Amino acid sequence: MQWETVIGLEIHVQLATKSKIFSGSSTAFGAEPNTQASAVDLALPGTLPVPNEQAFRYAILFGLAIDAEINKRSVFERKNYFYPDLPKGYQTTQLDKPIVGPGHVEVDLPDGSSKTVRIHHAHLEEDAGKSLHEDFHGMSGIDLNRAGTPLIEIVTEPDMRSSEEAVAFAKKLHSIVTSLGICDGDMSQGSMRFDVNISVRPVGQEEYGTRTETKNLNSFRFMERAIKLEVERQIDVIEDGGRIVQETRLYDGDKDLSRSMRSKEEANDYRYFPCPDLLPVVFEDDYIEALKEQMPELPDARKARFVAQYSLSDYDASILSADAATAQYFETVAEHAGDAKLSANWVMGELSGRLNSEDILIQNCPVSAKALGQLVLRVKDGTISSSGAKKVFGILWQGEQNDVDQIIDQEGLKQVSDTGALEAMVDEVLAGMPDQIAQYKAADEKKRKKLMGGFMGPLMKASKGQGNPKLFNEILQRKLNG
Amino acid sequence: MLDKSIKELSEGLQSGAFSSVELTQRYLDRITRLDSRYNSFVTVDEASAMAQAKAADARIAKGEATLWTGIPLAHKDVFCTDGLRTTCGSRMLENFVPPYDATVTANFKQAGAVCLGKTNMDEFAMGSSNENSYFGKVINPWSDEIERVPGGSSGGSAAAVAARLAPVATGTDTGGSIRQPASFCGITGLKPTYGRVSRYGMIAYASSLDQGGPMARSAEDAALMLQVMAGHDPKDSTSIKQDVPDYAAALEQSIKGLRIGLPREFFNAQLDSRIQNILQDAIKVLEAQGAIFSEVSLPNVELGIPAYYVIAPAECSANLSRFDGVRYGHRCEAPEDLMDLYMRSRSEGFGDEVQRRILIGTYALSAGYYDAYYGKAQQVRRLIKNDYVNAFGNVDVILSPTTPSTTFGIGSKGEDPVQMYLEDIYTITTNLAGLPGISLPAGQIDGLPIGMQLTGNYFDEARILNVAHQFQNATDWHTQAPHGIHD
Repeated sequence: MQWETVIGLEIHVQLATKSKIFSGSSTAFGAEPNTQASAVDLALPGTLPVPNEQAFRYAILFGLAIDAEINKRSVFERKNYFYPDLPKGYQTTQLDKPIVGPGHVEVDLPDGSSKTVRIHHAHLEEDAGKSLHEDFHGMSGIDLNRAGTPLIEIVTEPDMRSSEEAVAFAKKLHSIVTSLGICDGDMSQGSMRFDVNISVRPVGQEEYGTRTETKNLNSFRFMERAIKLEVERQIDVIEDGGRIVQETRLYDGDKDLSRSMRSKEEANDYRYFPCPDLLPVVFEDDYIEALKEQMPELPDARKARFVAQYSLSDYDASILSADAATAQYFETVAEHAGDAKLSANWVMGELSGRLNSEDILIQNCPVSAKALGQLVLRVKDGTISSSGAKKVFGILWQGEQNDVDQIIDQEGLKQVSDTGALEAMVDEVLAGMPDQIAQYKAADEKKRKKLMGGFMGPLMKASKGQGNPKLFNEILQRKLNG
Repeated sequence: MLDKSIKELSEGLQSGAFSSVELTQRYLDRITRLDSRYNSFVTVDEASAMAQAKAADARIAKGEATLWTGIPLAHKDVFCTDGLRTTCGSRMLENFVPPYDATVTANFKQAGAVCLGKTNMDEFAMGSSNENSYFGKVINPWSDEIERVPGGSSGGSAAAVAARLAPVATGTDTGGSIRQPASFCGITGLKPTYGRVSRYGMIAYASSLDQGGPMARSAEDAALMLQVMAGHDPKDSTSIKQDVPDYAAALEQSIKGLRIGLPREFFNAQLDSRIQNILQDAIKVLEAQGAIFSEVSLPNVELGIPAYYVIAPAECSANLSRFDGVRYGHRCEAPEDLMDLYMRSRSEGFGDEVQRRILIGTYALSAGYYDAYYGKAQQVRRLIKNDYVNAFGNVDVILSPTTPSTTFGIGSKGEDPVQMYLEDIYTITTNLAGLPGISLPAGQIDGLPIGMQLTGNYFDEARILNVAHQFQNATDWHTQAPHGIHD
């Protein structure tokens, strides 16, 4: 039988506010446990929540970016359950009156087509703390630094039909929230976490199959794997005559396995009710209009601009415009280099390869965009070869030096572009290679191209790597074909 | 000295007739000597009180004193006090020392008042007799041959003020917890408009109903306390940004022409005829001053108690979830696992009435019951609020009984909690509507005090204080003291 996959996502996005949603504590990541937890965050008796306006502003910006209705009156509710890292014994969240109503996101798919994913709603809520299960001699530790960090939970309609679509949507969402500057986008630190609802149904069937929810996926790769794994599992179960149980599952990325966490029967009754400590939040039209004026450039608009302004391909433009930090970095490089295409190649090639392999965000890149721009300029004006440039890049990456011209001098990487000197070198090398010359002359056009490389190696060696390869090539062509 | 008003005490301190150290020592001595009878205090901090008194005397000597400088008072043990144990009448918080002040206690500190200690209360402010405290029952100083309850939940504050163990005390009122004990102990107690006094640092019972307020021997003292307590607080987003009037200045206004409503639903056959008579006498006193009385109707007030006993427990079931034995408060010995830690810590830490209300609230909010209970109760709440809004279209103040009886004997309400819940029948709708209400002594039955209640429109505390003060100018019920409390 042919199966169709149906996927809906719930995404928790940590908002990049300086302080927490209901207290003045810092939201910075990585501090010593419980040093960023105030009396409010610890839920000491008598303490009360005070809403952080910046969190609301960020949520509204998101709503505007996905063309959603903004609920001018939104209400916080208490979601009641006991857990050690939930200090109040309830999470303050929104249920019936979320701040962001229905909207939609346009997604470019890898095959070049595009698709609309509908957003059911997005609501504001507070994050919980963290339970630490190691190194406490049979006990668990609790770190409440994260407790009270503002989140928006974005809930989609079940509009995605494959892991590729889900990942493309997730990347687009990442691109939107980082472009808005409302989230740092650092998934390794949990800034975006995905819950995936998955079901399968025979192709052509209208009714949805029973779904499972795989929780807390924090990388695009894990998300793709987890979906594929779960789809296979569900199809296997059904084809073996079994039935899918509605349940929550956990995916272990290290082992590439998922397991059941709890079934629907074991689900909590959260006993939601409106939080009496917080009045309904009401926004006037003026407030929302003023935010519209402040909207930063969004990925789709930026991509169109990159194509028009820099003559980039659609593909290059979509990669470079995806997140605000990359886009800004690229634009600075291009400005200093004066060559957008070459800059794009460097940013998408050498730079992003290095960032990925060392798992560093572009915001924290040790090579400044200005320095890379100067490096690209030196490639463009022929001062150095591309292999020389890679060497300079390696030195820049160390983070101790940032003057490109000085590094080129110090490393002796300046190319020889004096044609007289280069021609002399060519003559000398060719003199020692009569057999190869004969072979070359006997070869056809296609083979000649291959054989050309056999001359370049010795030439580069003779010039100690400093000969301008482009000029060497021209001279060789002239001498051998002439 | 024990019968002096706050104004008189302040004048005495500033003229040098006595020092804050002397005054404070006098009250501390009385607490030591007499409170074993009443059990109105949970914690007395002599050293800190004396240090505050000394500091107050120094300010007075430098001429920097204001009205409250050096005046002793007591705080209900529901208000957090920085560095001073705050128990909420519960084993759960037996050893809890907050690292912060409630806004109310901070305001009094700022004003220069001296904190004598923390008063006893029904556990987590749940009760109408003060029989629910982990730290023991409070005895009403008016007790005759029978040991009587002071009312609750602010019973410790009411008893302490009545017994002259403190000139004034703070209280909180969720369904009548200031006004009912004020009625039972012969004192004046005011519940402000919801949002008038910050709830920050006041341990929550039912957040949408709780309000802190003054408990004193006169409306004048209550007005001076409210001046310190009221105001917008950025730490409490339900506190309201509205100017605080000069309450003391409004006291002396004439009440000539003031329209006072008498709710038909409260003056009915069920009302004890002796209370009926006392209220009729009070009405005559106010009429003599020019007040005009008329009947008003509050058709939905009979639904107040059932609505309250859904809403308040629902809120408390969530508010009290934080007491889980994980971060602070009572933790059971040697828990086997997380569930055992939760269950035993909470079962051991909370008393019966608190557990009962948590269970009621949990049930009322459960899937499938929410609409029938919580949803319905909120609808009733809106109806009751509308009743009052309509009534205040025709009158300025509403006069009613505070309590259905005078103080009753300890243990006399038996095991049926509903009998106790009915105690709040006249006070509870004011909380549901969010209105201000004051109870003041209006007479005595068999030598026991009984209060009357004045309910005002939103933020009209000045008006009900004004009427109460004018009544007290013409009567002396508020100056009566129980026997056996004088030195």
